[in-house]
Amino acid sequence: MNFTLKIWRQESASSKGRFETYKISNISDECSFLEMLDQLNEQLVDKFDKPVCFDHDCREGICGMCSLYINGRPHGNDSGITTCQLHMRRFKDGDTIVIEPWRAKAFPILKDLVVDRSAFDKIAQEGAYVSVNTGGIPDGNAIPVPKVKSDLAMDAAACIGCGACVATCKNASAMLFVSANVSHLALLPQGKIEAKERVTKMVAKMDELGFGNCTNTGACEAECPKEIKLSNIARLFREYYVASIS
Amino acid sequence: MSEIKSKIPQGPLADKWTTYKSTQNLVNPANKRKLDVIVVGTGLAGASAASSLGELGFNVKIFCYQDSPRRAHSIAAQGGINAAKNYQNDGDSVYRLFYDTIKGGDYRAREANVYRLAEVSNSIIDQCVAQGVPFAREYGGLLDNRSFGGAQVSRTFYARGQTGQQLLLGAYRALNRQIKAGTVEMHNRDEMLELVIVDGKARGIVSRNLVTGQIERHFGHAVVLATGGYGNVFFLSTNAMGSNASAAWQVYKKGAFFGNPCFTQIHPTCIPVHGDYQSKLTLMSESLRNDGRIWVPKKKEDAEAIRKGTLKPTQLKEEDRDYYLERRYPAFGNLVPRDVASRAAKERCDAGFGVGTTGLAVYLDFSSAINRLGKKVIEERYGNLFQMYEKIVDENPYETPMMIYPAVHYTMGGIWVDYELQTTIPGLFAIGEANFSDHGANRLGASALMQGLADGYFVLPYTIQNYLSADIRTPRISTDTPAFQEAEKSVKERIQRLMSIRGKHSVDSFHKKLGKIMWDKVGMARTKQSCTEAITEIQALRAEFWKDVRVTGTPDELNPELEKALRVADFLELGELMARDALHREESCGGHFREEYQTEEGEAKRDDSDFMYVAAWEYKGENEEPKLNKEVLEYENIKVAQRNYK
Ligand SMILES: Cc1cc2nc3c(=O)[nH]c(=O)nc-3n(C[C@H](O)[C@H](O)[C@H](O)COP(=O)(O)OP(=O)(O)OC[C@H]3O[C@@H](n4cnc5c(N)ncnc54)[C@H](O)[C@@H]3O)c2cc1C
Ligand code: SF4
Ligand code: FES
Repeated sequence: MNFTLKIWRQESASSKGRFETYKISNISDECSFLEMLDQLNEQLVDKFDKPVCFDHDCREGICGMCSLYINGRPHGNDSGITTCQLHMRRFKDGDTIVIEPWRAKAFPILKDLVVDRSAFDKIAQEGAYVSVNTGGIPDGNAIPVPKVKSDLAMDAAACIGCGACVATCKNASAMLFVSANVSHLALLPQGKIEAKERVTKMVAKMDELGFGNCTNTGACEAECPKEIKLSNIARLFREYYVASIS
Repeated sequence: MSEIKSKIPQGPLADKWTTYKSTQNLVNPANKRKLDVIVVGTGLAGASAASSLGELGFNVKIFCYQDSPRRAHSIAAQGGINAAKNYQNDGDSVYRLFYDTIKGGDYRAREANVYRLAEVSNSIIDQCVAQGVPFAREYGGLLDNRSFGGAQVSRTFYARGQTGQQLLLGAYRALNRQIKAGTVEMHNRDEMLELVIVDGKARGIVSRNLVTGQIERHFGHAVVLATGGYGNVFFLSTNAMGSNASAAWQVYKKGAFFGNPCFTQIHPTCIPVHGDYQSKLTLMSESLRNDGRIWVPKKKEDAEAIRKGTLKPTQLKEEDRDYYLERRYPAFGNLVPRDVASRAAKERCDAGFGVGTTGLAVYLDFSSAINRLGKKVIEERYGNLFQMYEKIVDENPYETPMMIYPAVHYTMGGIWVDYELQTTIPGLFAIGEANFSDHGANRLGASALMQGLADGYFVLPYTIQNYLSADIRTPRISTDTPAFQEAEKSVKERIQRLMSIRGKHSVDSFHKKLGKIMWDKVGMARTKQSCTEAITEIQALRAEFWKDVRVTGTPDELNPELEKALRVADFLELGELMARDALHREESCGGHFREEYQTEEGEAKRDDSDFMYVAAWEYKGENEEPKLNKEVLEYENIKVAQRNYK
């Protein structure tokens, strides 16, 4: 297969970026999207040009490191997957593919397609944990958890912190990410004790770091590679409300 | 030079750890604040160690090369984590977990370490539950278990197919709590390139800020490596793209011994290779072998027809299928340990019965489980794995059997450590997959997560105090001292040397060539000849690399080509050591299969009288042969036997 690629190139955080066009040919349809970019980079290195920088690590959809905005959609035109799980068979021979970084005030571009998502870590540091030290813990089965609850908590905990929800939201809101963290712990007895403090602090941090407000457009749910549900946002609002009245 | 002392405490096996803990030196709270510890790596081992040390009051600096500590490679572990809880009432115990691990490791692991691992395994589960890890549960609300290879009990705890993710996020939460509390300082996108030694003790590291290219110096009273395994020496593996051996290799060159480098694990159930542009291999969790049955066609002509695409696997009648694991190993069947399952797949494919377009694949079939349990149950157990498979291969595993083939997955070898997890360099510790310690010549499924968390939560936070207690009067050493300056200089020179070659071939092209040598000659089956050839070929490739590699860009920017070049330079040296180790070990054991040493039925043939030891290699200088030191293994509690899964 042959493709025309329009890729965002930007030297550094402070420089101005632009689109560059590249041609790539002889790509197998079994090849993954990132393997296609690997081949482009081999070509660039061959010409002593600088390869395109993009984040990636596990290449199996779990580390949350890959982050490309492909033809106007985070993680490309397929549902329930990350960029590294996208395959070229999803495209038509001869397609033009536009590749951009996540764009959000709270995720500054570092270079080319690489952005800084440490704002997510900062939000998590505000309280996305249960305050227990190592050791001196009662038996694991001392706290039974109904399977339904535990399954719902697992659904929320499946978030990989990729930031697609922010990238796709017109307000660049981090609400889906924050709500996944809040819900996971709020659903479990272990997380209940600090629930109020947690939600208050995390939401405050999110606002402080320049993420936008949630206006319920639902774009985040549609693009989330782990299919994190909007119902988590509803739960966050409930938790937040309870925390603010008591 | 450092001498090899494993420091195993005296006394009966079951009392050793308790005795150690109650007699070791501790550091009092006021002094902990004066002590700095560097932890390199934020995987299960590093994150759990750093958070526990922070809670105790030490000042911790922690490093990872990813953009966030939560992305360490541990995140990718799928299947589960073992513990000797015996919640299923099926006869499990600390001793049984210990025994299975020693046996699974083919009697090449240290008894005392493995016993301690089994002993603390239960606390890990308690700890993780308290952190909010959403383990799978039964309808009654209690924790659920599944079985894994090499065991006859159900002792594996899991969180769907994302156990590693959930355990790592638990440790990440604990880490974040300490970052917020100010006891841990996080350095992400910051790669360790050199160890700093002052007066014979590890006292810091030199690292490169991957965004700015800045070379940094960091002091610590002690340094802990939790940098993971070196499977990427094979280029294609199930490891993350950035997983590397550089930190381990640099400390080896500074005097830390390297234990059993040739012990690599080839995992039996991975998605087969499909093209030369391929960048990594995807694991299909071993848990699938609980319900999936492995087979190839009985007749060669059927296998050929399948390869040509004229016959579909679903068309083949039961009697024409060879469920070769069930046939050869009736007692364990599809749940034999990984090394056994991998070799059996290779044997069938080499004999001409392989499927897929390349003939390098076997089937993992769920049809009988779906008939027996219904699609819904299978979906609940493995839904995300099936989805992952379908996205990659474009086939629906509910309808047609999965295709799998072995791939490099884990390295049992690593930095040699004593009972305290200290290396041969005083003050330098190694934990998690980075050390060689607990798995002998083969690791059982769901035991790496257990070991990483055991080391980080429950072992290192104790043993490191025994070392640091002698250091309470050592003031912080300035990073302007000569040792730091020299370490920085050597890093800068290495980078400069790489950048100035400006040769013709990309870093990846060298890495792929190295991977091919390793896979063909030091892979699933090795011989004296193949290892000898590998050594010469790697040396030649290394010389070519330093003459002809092309690293684009500059050192003062985000530069993935430079990052890769530094890592591949180290792999090109480590690969040779692995081949040397494989050559010297004239026996077959666990993941190390020397074709010359096998029984008539093709099983691994150990040589306990000559090789019941850990090979701890000592660096002797560039172009010098490394020295082999031996830590003899003594089995006082287990009767050493031929491994039998029949
Ligand atoms: C696909 C897959 C599935 C698996 N499934 C299971 C399973 O089900 N059960 C099980 O028990 N085991 C499993 N394993 C094995 C297990 O996941 C690993 O052995 C374990 O997670 C390793 O943890 P670690 O903390 O030692 O290292 P890692 O998690 O590999 O972490 C290494 C850390 O070191 C950092 N690092 C590395 N080099 C440097 C450097 N030079 N400078 C700074 N930082 C550095 C990295 O950034 C990272 O933070 C699986 C492995 C794979 C590949
Ligand atoms: S909620 Fe979904 S899109 Fe947002 S960070 Fe988590 S996984 Fe990514
Ligand atoms: S590279 Fe890990 S999720 Fe894509």
